[in-house]
Amino acid sequence: MAKPNGHTASYTLPFEQPVIELEKQIALLEDRDDSRDFAEEIQKLRESRDGILDKIYKNLSPWDIVRVARHAKRPQSADYIQLMCRDFCELHGDRHFGDDPAMITGFGRIGPYKVMIIAHQKGRTTQEKITCHFGCAHPEGYRKALKKMKLAEKFGLPVVSLIDTPGAYPGVKAEERGQAEAIAVNLREMSRLRTPIVCVVIGEGGSGGALGIAVGDRVAMLEYSWYSVISPEGCAAILWKNANERTNSLAANALALTARENLANGLIDDVIREPIGGAHRDIPAITKAIQDWIVDRIRELKRSKPETLVQRRYEKLRRIGAVAWHPPDPGDEPPVDE
Amino acid sequence: MTQVPSRSWTDTPELAPKGKKAVPEGLWIRCTQCAAMLFRKSVENNLWVCPECQHHFRVSARQRIMQLTDPGSFEPFNERMAPVDPLRFVDLRPYTDRLKLAQKRTGQNDGVQTGNAFIKGRKVILACMDFPFLGGSMGSVVGEKITRAIIEAGDHDLPIVIVASSGGARMMESGFSLMQMAKTSAALARFDDQAGLFISVLTDPTTGGVTASFAMLGDVILAEPKALIGFAGPRVIQQTIRQELPEGFQRAEFVLQCGFIDRVVPRSELRSEISRIIDYAGK
Repeated sequence: MAKPNGHTASYTLPFEQPVIELEKQIALLEDRDDSRDFAEEIQKLRESRDGILDKIYKNLSPWDIVRVARHAKRPQSADYIQLMCRDFCELHGDRHFGDDPAMITGFGRIGPYKVMIIAHQKGRTTQEKITCHFGCAHPEGYRKALKKMKLAEKFGLPVVSLIDTPGAYPGVKAEERGQAEAIAVNLREMSRLRTPIVCVVIGEGGSGGALGIAVGDRVAMLEYSWYSVISPEGCAAILWKNANERTNSLAANALALTARENLANGLIDDVIREPIGGAHRDIPAITKAIQDWIVDRIRELKRSKPETLVQRRYEKLRRIGAVAWHPPDPGDEPPVDE
Repeated sequence: MTQVPSRSWTDTPELAPKGKKAVPEGLWIRCTQCAAMLFRKSVENNLWVCPECQHHFRVSARQRIMQLTDPGSFEPFNERMAPVDPLRFVDLRPYTDRLKLAQKRTGQNDGVQTGNAFIKGRKVILACMDFPFLGGSMGSVVGEKITRAIIEAGDHDLPIVIVASSGGARMMESGFSLMQMAKTSAALARFDDQAGLFISVLTDPTTGGVTASFAMLGDVILAEPKALIGFAGPRVIQQTIRQELPEGFQRAEFVLQCGFIDRVVPRSELRSEISRIIDYAGK
């Protein structure tokens, strides 16, 4: 993974400058035929790199976190599915219009459980990215996800949803085929799906396009992912009239889009810690962390009857919102009802 | 080519609304569509529809309620529910300032009015979004009031009519706004389980997170002529495809052809259309 070119120039985030030189040295030593003789040096260099990275990553700004979430080497749904699932059986098509490559769906085994996977896919190579519209699903993607979730419900399989999208695709065809309707129906149906749903935001959680597969019993975010009503650039363009480095950063701050903030605001249930220097630096470790979280949550949720699950899922959504009473006059307003 | 609508409310926060944004002041007004000079009173008497070209002006929630309901029948609930600023959001100006200005201008706490009403003698729960209030955007208050209205309708086995008019989710409440999409949709799932009737009325404009949640979940979906209805805004789409948008794109008639709404209904017929759908549904 850490070939000399791997972590240099093109894939390096600006705030990682301090470790580039160290990573180059480590890579050079590792590539030598006699690298075993340098084991001690390599170990020392690694420790020093990890120390610096740890410090940098502990102090990332929200806008830096957005960049990590979009890192070219950050693992994507297809990677996690391959590493996490035994015997993945991909299922295609929405039965109405087509098969959206930006949404991967299928049966899989995670730990002891048979599950249905629903996942945004961004694509790694240029060709893949174009095919997947950079992770922006079309209406048929959301409908495909729903079809497979209904299948999961029918056979009592938990749904595992991996979220990684800049947003639902904004295009002429997407509008003609009912992007808004597709997402709206998913929100309604996921809220009453009679099987456990666990969701993990693994990279980008862009607005309705993310929420369209993210209504669940338990929702987690990876430590360096983002989730918000709009992308920082979109927000900057509208509210600051101009999206540039400075306003994007201001918008990222304002939107409270980080995992920690979303947790503090009660909008998600858990934050899954990433390895030092981000998920892309230790893919087996992050895969294990995600898998452990999923298995734990499914174990917990499987104890409840479907009607209890649905009731609790509803109550959880029902509570979200921050309101006041004006003019304040306590006593005569009905409490938040069920 | 389709005309890309004027920019959002954020552009001119301090100026009096102009163009299509709201109804202009004065004795005489110019139709924004056909440019005819119109006597204000005659437009008002025509439900704010241009008598010359049938252009439907945008109307506030207050005006909408007067137009739709039997005189004096609207009884609001949760009127005192008011927004807070959970994220202490500041862009070029603080969210709290924007809120105060909108509250002063509209005389409302936030962007939706909900209540009991009668439409042609039929009792309904009515929710009207208020575009002049921060573009009708949905934050916690809008989501909560609409959710309570849906629950109220379910509890009393009444039909609910929601008149949408919104640019989408409110950015200044970020994740809280986003989750209102899920909350309102979840409430509609229950209402659906109770066999409740939801008539969704889409007016100009209905876009973004409002379209992608409750607005598209009506058992019957009506839309006013030429209303802009979509998920992504035309400008965003234009930037994505870098081409001119097709004629009439995202207008009510177009969305009807695409199969996502049931009927395009002129404002003058909304009351009778709503009442006859309620009748057919036996509610």
